[in-house]
Amino acid sequence: MSLKIGVPSKGRLMEKTFDWFGARGVTMARTGSEREYAGAVEGIDGVELVLLSAGEIPRELAAGRIHLGVTGSDLVRDKLADWNKQVAELAPLGFGHADLIIAVPACWIDVDTLDDLDAAASAFRAKHGFRLRIATKYHRLVRDFLTANGVADYQLVDSQGATEGTVKNLTAEAIADITSTGETLRANHLKILTDAVIHRSQATLFLSHRADWGAERAVLEALVAKLGLSAPALSG
Amino acid sequence: MTISPAARAEAEALFAAFRATGAAPVEADVLQPAGTLLDLYGEDIRARAYVTQDPLRGEMVLRPDFTVPVVQAHMSDGAEPARYCYMGEVFRKQDHLGPRASEYLQVGFEVFDRDAPKADAEVFALFARLLAPLAPKALTGDIGILLAAIEGLTTTPRRKAALRRHVWRPRRFRALLDRFAGRAPVSEARARLLGHLKTDSAEALMQAAGPLTGLRGADEIADRARALIEDAEAPPIAAPEAALLYDLLGLAAPADSALAHLRGIQPLMPAIAPAVDRFEARLTALRAHGIDTASLPFEASHGRTTLEYYDGFVFTFHAGDAGAETPPLASGGRYDALTAILGQGRSIPAVGGIIRPALVAERKGA
Repeated sequence: MSLKIGVPSKGRLMEKTFDWFGARGVTMARTGSEREYAGAVEGIDGVELVLLSAGEIPRELAAGRIHLGVTGSDLVRDKLADWNKQVAELAPLGFGHADLIIAVPACWIDVDTLDDLDAAASAFRAKHGFRLRIATKYHRLVRDFLTANGVADYQLVDSQGATEGTVKNLTAEAIADITSTGETLRANHLKILTDAVIHRSQATLFLSHRADWGAERAVLEALVAKLGLSAPALSG
Repeated sequence: MTISPAARAEAEALFAAFRATGAAPVEADVLQPAGTLLDLYGEDIRARAYVTQDPLRGEMVLRPDFTVPVVQAHMSDGAEPARYCYMGEVFRKQDHLGPRASEYLQVGFEVFDRDAPKADAEVFALFARLLAPLAPKALTGDIGILLAAIEGLTTTPRRKAALRRHVWRPRRFRALLDRFAGRAPVSEARARLLGHLKTDSAEALMQAAGPLTGLRGADEIADRARALIEDAEAPPIAAPEAALLYDLLGLAAPADSALAHLRGIQPLMPAIAPAVDRFEARLTALRAHGIDTASLPFEASHGRTTLEYYDGFVFTFHAGDAGAETPPLASGGRYDALTAILGQGRSIPAVGGIIRPALVAERKGA
């Protein structure tokens, strides 16, 4: 038996994750050909590397098919209902920073806050006969946030990419998306609402409550000690 | 979660009791067109209902409740007054781990009758009688009194409309009322915009802000800018008037005492008089059914956090020792505004409620 740790399978997120573990004496590397999704871990025994799409890591953690996983804190909160009962945050990794925000056209001089957005949505619905559309792929996070803040008369429309373009293409009136520098937003003539930072995301090491923590408990203790983290409480 | 034989037997018994009153049984499709429900309830229902795609009929939902199909059936071929009852599964997504079922039985009873206080009392008394063996805790409210109080405020129609719209969202309602009453400061962004609008036109500010993008037009933006100027010039809701409304929101007392309290503040809020008259007529009708209104719990804000739905009398019955997390054994209320929307202006006063037979069976077995 080994402790399975899920890590993003490509790109900057993978490299930064390898760097983070490497700096703490746990060496991760891809093995085999460049196209093969296989990896190895050195510096600690009993840890198996599983290379996965970052977007699938929340689901794999929830299902307990991996014990630990590195992914964005935004993805875990959006994809998992009651996320903090299914997984635990072991450590924020200090990279992959992005904020989930709500943005509207910069020409909407009358809208800067959620209060304004709500009032504009009410008038928009009365005039156009349908609810003001907010394009996003973060349905749960955005809906929970807007419900908690009492915003009405909106609807979410799904957008899996190029979300900033939906307003210009007339498929949405506003967007909710992640941004790190805001450059794409500005380039598309959008501005961020001042009180609508839904979540500040970063790459985070998560632990699965659902995974089978038998013999892996000892490996986990050795690993967290090596990483300089405090040992988490395991349920069950 | 599988529906237990005990829950089904309880549902059959309750359904028979509803039918025994002369109510006509109604069937409704499990698959309902999504459009009507989404338009009525918005994203709240999308979070709670199972939405699916039909190749010919478009977006459909698994029936989240019976109210809309029953109202539609009544409008297409019902005569007034009418009483309907129904029994069947409803489907609700649960977004939290826990014991709440996502598929369960509802048994319901709806009355379409223009004598509102009498119909309110009839529904409540029937539910109270059927649930009496469980000695449940009843709680009542009346959204109509809140709506009347808002209507009576000395302020702009726009502010009243904003408050009315958010009666069902207590947090935003509170924020709006605080702002309209001058208790909360104007946001920095708003103050800056109002400053700019003193020297520049909305059109000039838009031009400076960036190209016109999206479906919301320059006229709509300029309209709202004008509304903001108008709002900034409107005086705050007077402190005593706001205090009365805050007081009303927090009113919780046995029904007879609540009535006495409302009659006491009525000279200061004359607009609530017709709603308080209806409340009094309902209490009289409830007493005629043997309900003890001297001890019946009443809270003015009860029913404000459910779906945007009830706009008059509301009630729930909870099991005596149930925690706040447990759904009620039964709930219901008056929903005249919903029938007005579905009837495209035709008013069809309606009151009704549902019982959850699985919870009733569980309590009986306990």
